Amino acid sequence: MCHGGFSTLFYKEVLRFWKVASQTVAAPVLTALLYLLIFSHVLEGHVKVHGVIYTAFLIPGLVMMSVLQNAFANSSSSLIQSKVTGNIVFVLLPPISYLEFFLAYVLASVVRGLVVGAGVLLATFWFAPLTFAEPVWILVFALLGGAILGSLGVIAGIWADKFDQLAAFQNFLIMPLTFLSGVFYSVNSLPPFWQQVSHWNPVFYMIDGFRHGFFGVSDASPWLSLAVVGTCLALLTTFSLNLLKRGYKLRA
Amino acid sequence: MMSAAIRIKQVSKCFGSTQALDRVDLEVQQGEFFGLLGPNGAGKTTLISALAGLVRPDAGSLCVMGHDVQGDYRAARRHLGVVPQELVFDPFFTVRESLKIQSGYFGIGDNDDWIDEILENLGLTSKANANMRMLSGGMKRRVLVAQALVHRPPVIVLDEPTAGVDVELRQTLWAFIRRLNEAGHTIVLTTHYLEEAENLCTRIAMLKAGRVVALDTTANLLRRFSVHALRLRTAGAMPLELARDGAENGGWWSFPFDGFDQVEPLLARLRAAGCRIDDLEIGKPDLEEVFVRVMQGPPQGQVN
Ligand SMILES: Nc1ncnc2c1ncn2[C@@H]1O[C@H](COP(=O)(O)OP(=O)(O)O)[C@@H](O)[C@H]1O
Ligand SMILES: [Mg+2]
Repeated sequence: MCHGGFSTLFYKEVLRFWKVASQTVAAPVLTALLYLLIFSHVLEGHVKVHGVIYTAFLIPGLVMMSVLQNAFANSSSSLIQSKVTGNIVFVLLPPISYLEFFLAYVLASVVRGLVVGAGVLLATFWFAPLTFAEPVWILVFALLGGAILGSLGVIAGIWADKFDQLAAFQNFLIMPLTFLSGVFYSVNSLPPFWQQVSHWNPVFYMIDGFRHGFFGVSDASPWLSLAVVGTCLALLTTFSLNLLKRGYKLRA
Repeated sequence: MMSAAIRIKQVSKCFGSTQALDRVDLEVQQGEFFGLLGPNGAGKTTLISALAGLVRPDAGSLCVMGHDVQGDYRAARRHLGVVPQELVFDPFFTVRESLKIQSGYFGIGDNDDWIDEILENLGLTSKANANMRMLSGGMKRRVLVAQALVHRPPVIVLDEPTAGVDVELRQTLWAFIRRLNEAGHTIVLTTHYLEEAENLCTRIAMLKAGRVVALDTTANLLRRFSVHALRLRTAGAMPLELARDGAENGGWWSFPFDGFDQVEPLLARLRAAGCRIDDLEIGKPDLEEVFVRVMQGPPQGQVN
């Protein structure tokens, strides 16, 4: 088995969501599948994006959205639950550094994101001819996107004192950012103003870069997306580590 | 030189306008069974949290077995086991899983033998594979104790471990903690049951409003703040010349004395005054009385 603070905390965080996989994995896969059925039914045949039929275009968007939302949900809900119930002391008492703490929560979030993402891909790729043009980008953006939302989850979970504060964070920040990022459409089809707005949304680059891995075409260059996403991760990591180092809301 | 199990120097901590700890100095030697007493809000939990790194003091320093809890936190935490006051648990796991995970946090991979021993000693063996949610309050408390012991810490701190706990668990728990103390572990406990503290602890600190207001061996505290007393009930009124030396409370008269040679003369005086005694007992010094006196005492300065 594992020893060491980091590997045990990582293992425990993975075990925690795996034990309730019907809620943490199966439910989000089903949700994504429902989106696919509804949207593709309504729009199939009417729209082609980047020369790809709509359903095929939609699938990577849904996969990435699931990766991101579940990565966020994992770290944020685990931390808020531990804080509210008080069992966070079990991780605060042992000799675990703030860096180990951060990495364990973020990596477990990435694992949850990837597991759900893989589930969504498996459940949906029957519905449309999907290609894997440049698979390295698929992996890179899934990992980086998961890590970014995992870090955001750490920040939200530490900041929130109550479940409704976390829900507000989710409803007023995470949801708008993911929905207004081109999951369901190409931002190039938007009016110029909203195109501009979308280009300020980091989630747009995560999804666009991820999609590039499938079709080899995208709204923005994958290298630009990589730069934006990499910068975001660096900033959020620095910010989270600073919170943890100061013991913000965890060590009074 | 052997380092102290716990060394607390000039530790202060404010929460807003509440001064939870006010320049606390305290040293607990290795192998001691130490009691930390004080009314609710005195700062006991804050002091323990500061020791565990859960609270960062505004000033002062704390060491566990010579390791600073901030600067050398890894070593300090490896040497410290804390049983928190709140009854917390992780509902996702069984008892054994909780203990294995807790061992892993301390870098211990294969800990099954020690875990089995702890479970056995705390009467938890039959619950090892039960989910934490299914356990009664008392059983959860036992697991909390077990979790504090997985890494065999030389210093064990228990924050009100017997609050709201049945007699059986109290006895099991203290028997086990005593054995650990005999095996060399340093024990620090807080409790509201003063009888418990009197029986278990060899030295006691009393906290009031964040300050140490008494710190001595249990025996010395009892000697200094509490006395023997002859307590009796008489048929008629107490004659004036005797009433001066005693105090009445609920029909019982109490006459304090320092040595047992004073008992006979006292009884002789009662007889001479024509008192008929209905009931009589000898009151022993107890920690309760010490506690009440110390807490009523003037708040200024630290007593040593
Ligand atoms: N996290 C906190 N925030 C604000 N006040 C606190 C906090 N922890 C303790 N206090 C205050 O500090 C004082 C000491 O509390 P505590 O250490 O829990 O006392 P005890 O354990 O002796 O009952 C109390 O007045 C309490 O209200
Ligand atoms: Mg307390």
